[in-house]
Amino acid sequence: MDDALSWGQIFARMAIQFTPVWIALVVTFGLSIAFKRRLGLYGKMFDSPIAMVGYALVMFWVFAALFAPMIMTHDPLSQVSGMKNALPGAPLRGVEGDYYLLGGDNLARDVFSRMVAGSVLVIQIAPLATLFAFMVGVTLGLPAGYYGGNLDVGLSFLANLILAFPVILLFYLLVTPEIVASGMPQYLGMVLFLFPLVFLVVLFNSRLYVKPQLRNMVIAVVVVVGGWLYLSLLSTPGSKIDILPPSIDPINVPGNILIVFVSVVFVNAPTVFRIIRGLVLDIKTRDYVAASQTRGEGPWYIMLWEILPNARGPLIVDFCLRIGYTTILLGTLGFFGLGLSPESPDWGSTINAGRRLLAAFPHPAVVPALALMSLVLGLNLLADGLREESLKD
Amino acid sequence: MLLFLLRRLLTMVLTALCLTFVVFYLTNLPPNLEKLAKSEASARMTDEDVAKWIERNGYNSPALVRYGEWLGILPGWTRTEEGVTTGRCIERGQDAAAAPSRCGILQGNWGWSTVFKAPVSKIIAERLAATGWLMFWVMAVMVPTSLLIGVLSGMREGSRLDRGLSIFSIASTATPEYVSGVVLIALFASATTGISPWLAENGWISGKTLFPGTATSAMEGITFWNFTLPVMTIALYGIGYIARMTRASMTEVMTAQYIRTARLKGLSFRDVVLKHALRNALIAPFTVIMLQFPWLLNGVVIVETLFNYKGFGWTLVQAAGNNDIELLLACSVVAVFVVLVTQLISDIGYVFLNPRIRIS
Repeated sequence: MDDALSWGQIFARMAIQFTPVWIALVVTFGLSIAFKRRLGLYGKMFDSPIAMVGYALVMFWVFAALFAPMIMTHDPLSQVSGMKNALPGAPLRGVEGDYYLLGGDNLARDVFSRMVAGSVLVIQIAPLATLFAFMVGVTLGLPAGYYGGNLDVGLSFLANLILAFPVILLFYLLVTPEIVASGMPQYLGMVLFLFPLVFLVVLFNSRLYVKPQLRNMVIAVVVVVGGWLYLSLLSTPGSKIDILPPSIDPINVPGNILIVFVSVVFVNAPTVFRIIRGLVLDIKTRDYVAASQTRGEGPWYIMLWEILPNARGPLIVDFCLRIGYTTILLGTLGFFGLGLSPESPDWGSTINAGRRLLAAFPHPAVVPALALMSLVLGLNLLADGLREESLKD
Repeated sequence: MLLFLLRRLLTMVLTALCLTFVVFYLTNLPPNLEKLAKSEASARMTDEDVAKWIERNGYNSPALVRYGEWLGILPGWTRTEEGVTTGRCIERGQDAAAAPSRCGILQGNWGWSTVFKAPVSKIIAERLAATGWLMFWVMAVMVPTSLLIGVLSGMREGSRLDRGLSIFSIASTATPEYVSGVVLIALFASATTGISPWLAENGWISGKTLFPGTATSAMEGITFWNFTLPVMTIALYGIGYIARMTRASMTEVMTAQYIRTARLKGLSFRDVVLKHALRNALIAPFTVIMLQFPWLLNGVVIVETLFNYKGFGWTLVQAAGNNDIELLLACSVVAVFVVLVTQLISDIGYVFLNPRIRIS
């Protein structure tokens, strides 16, 4: 039987466990700094120490998620007898040289491995959900700001309606097993996931409408590939929407993950809509917009190829902040035990499980809490640095 | 101004109606009603019994009609079975003829909570009072602290003080309530970690921990000890955001012409900041602080759950978790009301504080 590790040994062993992440980080930073003059805004980020610290924190978790199977010391779901609420650095009973680096939780699972496994879920869901929210916000915000009038009034009312909803109440209403069984998340997803498709079609159509042959080809590809992904994402065997035969249905998202995803997109989209609308209202008075209107460009060309690229600075900054906010929302869902299954290693659920014995054994809750905080902090620092760098232009 | 107010009020009422209908619709979906029937009558009911229960308790009419009944604009359902008339507005044992025809929230009837077995209006009033105290102390800590941080860091942009305080603000916006709550409990309210064991060893505190890990005792009487952790937990998340807004507004004001004039006139930096810059710099944060209320609502739900403080947020979680339809509806009415009223106040206040803005 080994002795328990000291804190110094624990950190040393954790650092060794994270070796692939360190290597990847060094390579990323080395390459980026070497070529930073040729990389546009991305390269400029490396002029600001704050942005670099933020980027390092974010990439740390991205690489941790990527190399999770190599980093984890134990299976995040398996329970080992005698390790219930074990303190950090406790040796595994009967196995020489094997430790629970950050202790065990109240079901005797390894806290360290669960933290790493939790990063996989967050890194998978948060950026993608934010991207979808942006697609929805852009597709609706551009015409609302550009055309104004009743369209704007109607869409703004809808956006304010969703924003007036207390987020937690909305989650409690949407993310319950009864609602999942009724097929509601899939119907909502049906509407929300349509926006990226519409966005891409309009994007290419407005750009290539002078070259009909090329346009038809590109749009056909987008519709076929996008439509297939769309149907595959929605259709899950045994649920309300089961359209595609299993042989051509590679993506099967479990109902509870889908509802988490959909509700996070749903909550974020109105804010994005408002930001885009405000930016468009500002940019549409510029001379280059008037010039392209005089040239006879179509409204969608102006919106997507004249206005949108010129709004990219604030949008990129907001994208970073919003990923952080989405991470917090995912944690909130987990904290209330909504959506994801209780044994899921995501950070919110782990904090929720750990808070019951918080006063006696804080480590199972504190570890994921600090992990979540460091990721969001990284994203916020990155956004702050990017904002400063983009203002320097 | 009057027309603006009228239009805003109309939009508010429309928003409130839409939102409550959404909540009503979602809580009254067939699977939820089935769950309600099983929890109210018997867990081992057959599907036919469930259908019968739903019919007998007036849940089978269209959602829009029942929403009207709940609002009190449509007459409540009645049903005569074996000579006995039951209905939404008829209490048990009451004569059907004497009962009012409408009984919704417009008539002041908020319904009956199935979880707490008490009238909803009574529960909401009690819980709101408890949460009101929490909100009050959060505001009392959060607003002065964040304004001070924002003004100090915006005063001299790019100084070392600014850098330090900005990083603190960014870190605070990255710490949601469930993270700061957990960390604060581990630091100050755990008998095994943090500073409590060390303090107890030296005999500086009488109990095992510096602060209690729950705020349940605050329901009877609020003390510094049982309220510090919950208040700090909520305030910490909000401080960063308000401070950053104040800083942005302050830096903008500090580059204005009249500040330069004041400096050139020979006023001390202190006087320039206090007498000239501060008033104009505090306009923008006012809006942010008002719009922070809806956010506080989220924080309150998390913190009340974490610290087991039985206020409005805790009630909301209980109502939502147990599908207590009428309590949940009342909670959402209150929440939506808070959000909309703070939006209205922030709009009006902004116009008063900044005469350059005209409503038309």
